[in-house]
Amino acid sequence: MAAAASQTSLESAPRIMRLVAECSRSRARAGELRLPHGPVATPVFMPVGTQATMKGVTAEQLDALGCRICLGNTYHLGLRPGPELIQKAQGLHGFMNWPHNLLTDSGGFQMVSLVSLSEVTEEGVRFRSPYDGDETLLSPERSVEIQNALGSDIIMQLDDVVSSTVTGPRVEEAMYRSIRWLDRCIAAHRRPDKQNLFAIIQGGLDADLRATCLEEMTKRDVPGFAIGGLSGGESKGEFWRMVALSTSRLPKDKPRYLMGVGYATDLVVCVALGCDMFDCVFPTRTARFGSALVPTGNLQLKKKQYEKDFRPIDPECDCPTCQKHSRAFLHTLLHSDNTAALHHLTIHNIAYQLRLMSAVRASIVEKRFPAFVRDFMNTMYGDPTLCPTWATEALASVGITLG
Amino acid sequence: MKLNLTKVVNGCRLGKIKNLGKTGDRTMDIPGCLLYTKAGSAPHLTHHTLHKIHGVPAMAQLTLSSLAEHHEVLAEYKEGVGKFIGMPESLLYCSLHDPVSPCPAGYVTNKSVSVWGVGGRVEMTASKFMAIQQALQPDWFQCISDGEATCNEATSVKRARKSVDRSLLFLDNCLKLQEESEVLQKSSIIGVIEGGDVTEERLRSARETAKRPVGGFLLDGFQGNPATLETRLHLLSSVTAELPEDKPRLICGVSRPDEVLECIERGVDLFESFFPYQVTERGCALTFSFDYQPNPEETLLQQNGTQEEIKYVDQTKKSKTTSCNQEMTSFEINLKEKKYQEDFSPLVRGCSCYCCKNHTRAYIHHLLVTNELLAGVLLMMHNFEHYFGFFHSIREALKSDRLAQLKDLICRQAS
Repeated sequence: MAAAASQTSLESAPRIMRLVAECSRSRARAGELRLPHGPVATPVFMPVGTQATMKGVTAEQLDALGCRICLGNTYHLGLRPGPELIQKAQGLHGFMNWPHNLLTDSGGFQMVSLVSLSEVTEEGVRFRSPYDGDETLLSPERSVEIQNALGSDIIMQLDDVVSSTVTGPRVEEAMYRSIRWLDRCIAAHRRPDKQNLFAIIQGGLDADLRATCLEEMTKRDVPGFAIGGLSGGESKGEFWRMVALSTSRLPKDKPRYLMGVGYATDLVVCVALGCDMFDCVFPTRTARFGSALVPTGNLQLKKKQYEKDFRPIDPECDCPTCQKHSRAFLHTLLHSDNTAALHHLTIHNIAYQLRLMSAVRASIVEKRFPAFVRDFMNTMYGDPTLCPTWATEALASVGITLG
Repeated sequence: MKLNLTKVVNGCRLGKIKNLGKTGDRTMDIPGCLLYTKAGSAPHLTHHTLHKIHGVPAMAQLTLSSLAEHHEVLAEYKEGVGKFIGMPESLLYCSLHDPVSPCPAGYVTNKSVSVWGVGGRVEMTASKFMAIQQALQPDWFQCISDGEATCNEATSVKRARKSVDRSLLFLDNCLKLQEESEVLQKSSIIGVIEGGDVTEERLRSARETAKRPVGGFLLDGFQGNPATLETRLHLLSSVTAELPEDKPRLICGVSRPDEVLECIERGVDLFESFFPYQVTERGCALTFSFDYQPNPEETLLQQNGTQEEIKYVDQTKKSKTTSCNQEMTSFEINLKEKKYQEDFSPLVRGCSCYCCKNHTRAYIHHLLVTNELLAGVLLMMHNFEHYFGFFHSIREALKSDRLAQLKDLICRQAS
């Protein structure tokens, strides 16, 4: 059963989100997050830099792309280099020399991604390290302790994460446990003035469970809410319904962070459903496989068809890669062992994601978001009938019709 | 192109090469080095990160081994390899091989030379070679030559002679083809001095090559491990003595700081910069000092620092001699070592490179331990800048007649 809300260690949480505009038709919002390391315009896509680095992109390059918040991961950093060292280095900001905002995940997702190496009890998650076989216990308290040492601007509660393809009593157990762990995180949080602790709504694909979780967690006065447990192997039909349910019950004046979402279509639809923040490894990971993101999908630049294609990835893109290089050159470079090829694509893909969010935001502010969505879908899919059914349905549910 | 010597001191040539490039307005300093590239790009670096480095040389080295198989693409592109790779402002020198990856021997014939790309062997006759160069349009390019006289332990005189004969024949053929090519009128062929370890053949190669209208000379076959270069230094002096003063002398396969100085003393002008790349690949950072006239306090600090680090360096790291896993030298520190885990100082105190201005040894250590791509980026930025700074100090030392001090400083660190 859900524990009573524990308000004692947390006075009224700061309102870190300022709404700038709302779509009159859908649930889309444009806003601004006020965070310790500067403002962040929303909706926002946050690139993932798991181990204190955005892969082959320097902090300066990331800053030049306009990124103002990115992710680090508690599980990985907790193991290597460890919170004590990072604390000595003036926190994660100091360690990686990133002047803007950082959000750290709690390590919860690794329970799913590293499921064979983990065991969950009420106490916490016990992980066996893949590096040296050592066992570590990641409890709500320990996760918050590590994140306090990391000093990230937004920290996430440790949640009991279950794969979205799991059904049965385990889902309910995880949902209620996540509420109890939220309270333990709130109690353990030593720096509420400097770091914003977000709750993570669980409940899998069960509407009742999710609704219960929403009702309970929104009683806790945290600065923001994440929608978790999705973006796994579930069907898109179930996915959007859970997102919509969640945003309908989350407070309007606090940010909604949809975890693990990063495909362009998903971003646009979920903004329409009322989400403000997103993260995903997809754009940066796919770059390292030679895939460049474009408004019509992606280009697999290693393929022979690009061998003599002397155009940039995207003529409309103003990123350094598109300003200087052709698909043909990138194709050549991708077939060598020079890692520069990967960096060129990582930079482009991050630029693509950030520019997409910027365009989404502008359209909301300028009161033309529905038209933007139609335009976006048209470019991506051509005919409205070719647009994925789930997206059409999801958009329709918030008053946006395509075609 | 015009080479102006400012001075010659103990065999070392200090000067400038002027009127370079397609528009004839670029200049290069000698002694100097060329920017090492892989597949047309500095290793690990984008245009942005490359241009954060101070002192990047005016001329970059491209390797035919990485570009020959893309000949058709470049031919269709038409605008030359400089523009293709996104370095239209850079002077370009095209060498045959990649100094870091040795290629299999035994493929030179009377009519052709081979290079090895990702897709395998590319065999080139003089015609094919020149057709490729027409598509590349570099400022300078190494002529095809027979560089295999030094491949086996004992070079026979016969083999050495053959290497010279073949190379001269290739050169004459290529020069002729160049005359017939409008597009290559602005490019210079670099003649290659061969002849193995046979003095007579080396001298013959030098004299004969010097008779041809080449833009400069490449001294081939002096590469190998430090011991092999030492035995060839005398030969090197004899060879350069035969070459005209007013044309640049390049050497391939020699990039270590101590070896560079030895070669400069024997009349060599230009070097490849693959050494900093090799250092990067083994997770190391160049830390050797080239500050031959420091202030007394700094000297004390630095000496103590340097001595500490030399003490810790593993003296004999006998790893396989693959291209990059060569033994670590005493010019560098190994950031993977545990002692750097909590070292929050920069790679080199006082270094003005992006890495040293923004990051710590502890951070680089972390990136290496976690196998992150950024390690290569940051180390390459530092190692290139450090290396280019070294060359700058060589020129400064020559200007002020202090090369002996610099050499002494480098040798002390070369143990």
